[in-house]
Amino acid sequence: MKEAVRRAHPFMPNSVDSIKQELLQELGIDSVEALFEQIPASHRVAGTFNFPPTLSAEVELNRHISTLLAKNQSCESHLSFLGGGCWQHYVPAVCQEIMSRSEFLTPVWGTPSSDHGRNQVWFEFNSQLGELIAADMVGMPVYSWGCATGHAIRMASRLTGRHKVLLPRILDPERRAVIANYCEPEEMPSHIAMVDIASDPATGALDLADLKKHLDESVAAVYLETPNYLGIIETQAEEIAAMARAAGAETIVGVDPLSLGILKAPGDYGADIIVGSTQPMGVPMSCGGGLGGFIASRDEPRYAHEYPTLMLSIADTAREGEVGFSMALMHQSSYGSREDGKDWTGNSTYLHAIAGAVYLSLLGPEGMRELGELIIQRAHYAAQRLNTVEGISVPRQQGFFKEFVVNFDGVGKSVAEINAALLERGIFGGIDLTETFPELGRSALYCVTELHTQTDIDHLANTLQEVCS
Amino acid sequence: MSKPVKLRRFQAPIWDEPVIMEMGVPGRRGAHFPVAEDAVAEAVGGAAALVPAAMARPERPALPELSEPDILRHYLHLSQETLGMMGISLFGTCTMKYNPRVNERLAARPEMAQLHPKQDPSTLQGLLEGVHNFDLMLRELSGMDQFVFQAAGGADAAYTHTCITRAYHAARGELKQRDQIITSIQSHPCSPATANTAGFEVITLPLDEKGYPSLDALKAAVSDRTAALMINNPDDMGLYNPEIKEWVRIVHEAGGLCFYDHANFNGVMTKIRAAELGFDACMFMLHKTFGVPKGGGGPAVGAYGCSEKLKPYLPGPLVTLDNGRYALTDPGPHSIGKVREYYGNLQQVMKAYAWTRAMGLEGLSEAADISVLLNNYMEKELLKIRGVTRSHPDIDGWRLEMTRYSLEELYEDTGVTVADVQNRMVDFGIDAFWMAHEPWLVPHPFTPEAGEMWSLEDIDYWIAVLRQVSDEAYSNPEIVQTAPHNQAVQKVKVEPLEEPDHWAMTWRAWKRKRGVA
Repeated sequence: MKEAVRRAHPFMPNSVDSIKQELLQELGIDSVEALFEQIPASHRVAGTFNFPPTLSAEVELNRHISTLLAKNQSCESHLSFLGGGCWQHYVPAVCQEIMSRSEFLTPVWGTPSSDHGRNQVWFEFNSQLGELIAADMVGMPVYSWGCATGHAIRMASRLTGRHKVLLPRILDPERRAVIANYCEPEEMPSHIAMVDIASDPATGALDLADLKKHLDESVAAVYLETPNYLGIIETQAEEIAAMARAAGAETIVGVDPLSLGILKAPGDYGADIIVGSTQPMGVPMSCGGGLGGFIASRDEPRYAHEYPTLMLSIADTAREGEVGFSMALMHQSSYGSREDGKDWTGNSTYLHAIAGAVYLSLLGPEGMRELGELIIQRAHYAAQRLNTVEGISVPRQQGFFKEFVVNFDGVGKSVAEINAALLERGIFGGIDLTETFPELGRSALYCVTELHTQTDIDHLANTLQEVCS
Repeated sequence: MSKPVKLRRFQAPIWDEPVIMEMGVPGRRGAHFPVAEDAVAEAVGGAAALVPAAMARPERPALPELSEPDILRHYLHLSQETLGMMGISLFGTCTMKYNPRVNERLAARPEMAQLHPKQDPSTLQGLLEGVHNFDLMLRELSGMDQFVFQAAGGADAAYTHTCITRAYHAARGELKQRDQIITSIQSHPCSPATANTAGFEVITLPLDEKGYPSLDALKAAVSDRTAALMINNPDDMGLYNPEIKEWVRIVHEAGGLCFYDHANFNGVMTKIRAAELGFDACMFMLHKTFGVPKGGGGPAVGAYGCSEKLKPYLPGPLVTLDNGRYALTDPGPHSIGKVREYYGNLQQVMKAYAWTRAMGLEGLSEAADISVLLNNYMEKELLKIRGVTRSHPDIDGWRLEMTRYSLEELYEDTGVTVADVQNRMVDFGIDAFWMAHEPWLVPHPFTPEAGEMWSLEDIDYWIAVLRQVSDEAYSNPEIVQTAPHNQAVQKVKVEPLEEPDHWAMTWRAWKRKRGVA
């Protein structure tokens, strides 16, 4: 066997014997082992490591990883109608170009002056998002929509001193599971009770009678979403916010930002705290790795002082007429006050804010409108079209944005069977709701976006016809 | 002795780039979307009719109106106005790493970027295989029995642990009683903060003269109320607590769980294993130790690993290998559910897997050696600089991959603060250093971490710049105190930002407060 030649590793400039020797000499030691003297021998690794072979040659590594990835099937190779909080939207090339700039991609923190450009992009994202949702205060992004909602509920609980939140029964099960962890189990002292509010079975809108029944002075917040998990646009949002306000509760509204080119901004119908996903704004899905969330509100000290996020503000610099950007209210974060801070913060999804800033500026007001109109038209076309397929119904033909429920009760097959058959034909069918929303029967949640042409939708309908007959 | 270094004539680009909200011309477009096909429009009518009247947006959002090339150039200008690790970033505790570009290219492929988490697992086999194989590698490095990647950052992994702590004690009917989590003043703020968010009372142990809390302090803190210990080791002063096995034994004896925050893993990779020290769970930050880009603050991954004992409580689903097929498996009825929607930042997990394969076991071991070697070399040189001392000067011996320094002397002598020094160093193309987490245990702290990606020449340059700034502080303090001078913008006035009339987190708020039209 050929003896391996020791080569300096490509990622490590000091992986050269002469440099190591020089450093050891500087320290007056013979071996690097001496430097680990603090660690008792009994703490050192006892056994061996079972590690796969090293792939330090990029050509080999590239082959290995791309061979792995080639085993996947994607929403590009297939026609996908999956949504439910992680959505396939078009990512403009400029978003990718800017997001992959080294100055944005690789670093962590700098000073406000030396990382001025990056801070400005963040501010531009928060500012554009603020216009979209009609909110003067936007925190730096958090991990996801669910995490944003969890934090917002805790903000409301601290603001009101109350420990109950009313949530729609129609809620993404993923998001609900995340929120549950933020509300703490009953045993904990600051437990927040989660109470479901029913929906009108016909319209899918929140059942105001049920809301009224539960809305009293123990309620910290009413949470509503529009469009909701099943795609329905909540038409009574203003009334719900007014009811919450009358009961002394905060109104938290969750939104899909891409709907806001055509839908009313939550800040304009009484939302106190606004949350949602950043993923649709220029970030690929990456199997859920594209998720991110935001928290926003009116610019009032009572809200400002409850944010757990970092807060980036525009500010003057020492040069007359020049502006820069810096973190405000750091002392209330966990970095500033440890367990006395507001919840916690840390690494988040800030790179996605850069994609989002580019995305929103590319679209502008007219692009947002065009996008919203195209999505809502094509989604309704899809609903109509699927409704004509034998055995399939789309119970709600209107009042939704990009997602809608498709019912298969008239087909002698389960949603899982139908989706399996679709998959064989190159289509990812909608999310199966059979177990999560049993009251909807054998149903699936279909998502249609600007990526779906009429031809795609017709192809889905025809394929479903074939699969379901 | 570091070699003589010629300082660079650094000057950051100054573009005076306006905020995009004040750019553009009405009517300019940066992106088009197609209009709906005729048949679609015929079938459903215009979009206006599809939006419920009560929820129709009356006015367009006040977004800027620019053309595509203008937008590209605006954001390229802003990237140039960002030093962004184009200099030398020794940002301690964050372990600045080389982020291989091949991994970025791979993660951008549609077979990664265009995956939906609800796809059938049969269509995700390559991804799940990568995730599972990386799980196996982390098990080797830690001795743990299972990793999950749902936590979207180190702090989120700490939070995961507090949720698991609740579930573990709840399953024993002891959650009401076990309401305290113990940590040290040298732990990362996310440990006490997540413990508090999860509803626990936090006990923070102070350090004794050895640089870590005493065993007696720990013994006094544990009781039948102890739910968990959350601790890092070594800490970010480069000090290793040699009594940590005893700590784990004491906390276990009291019925608590032990969580190892492995934020400072770089200097001890392949040297120690969390499970062999007795810990029940640990966390690795893939965006720090494992070569994933930091993105200025995420998307990140807090890889959470635990022993068999805690496996039933993990957030789900788990990536498992069953009869040659990779599956997404529900951890069962005791699972804490979710700390974030879906499975985590799996594109970042794939990058970490690729980085770790490229490094190999011997590469990891060598990286640990180099990072500790360089840190001690730096320490020797930095302590020669006037005004620089190190924390716990009485503790002899080598530090691990970081050392905590203080500029107290420099400040006392010259009035120049650590923030001034940071602002002056960026004038020479040095990225900001890390000072220290709150509360500062030494005045005017700074904490460089050399790691393995910076050449000896880079390290010598960094040292030379600090030497230069120290010289300036003693000869011409004003130049340091008014720094930066060579950056994209001058020093930002941060003091007013605590005032509601001055802070402005959006352009809307700024316009209103400044009376800008």
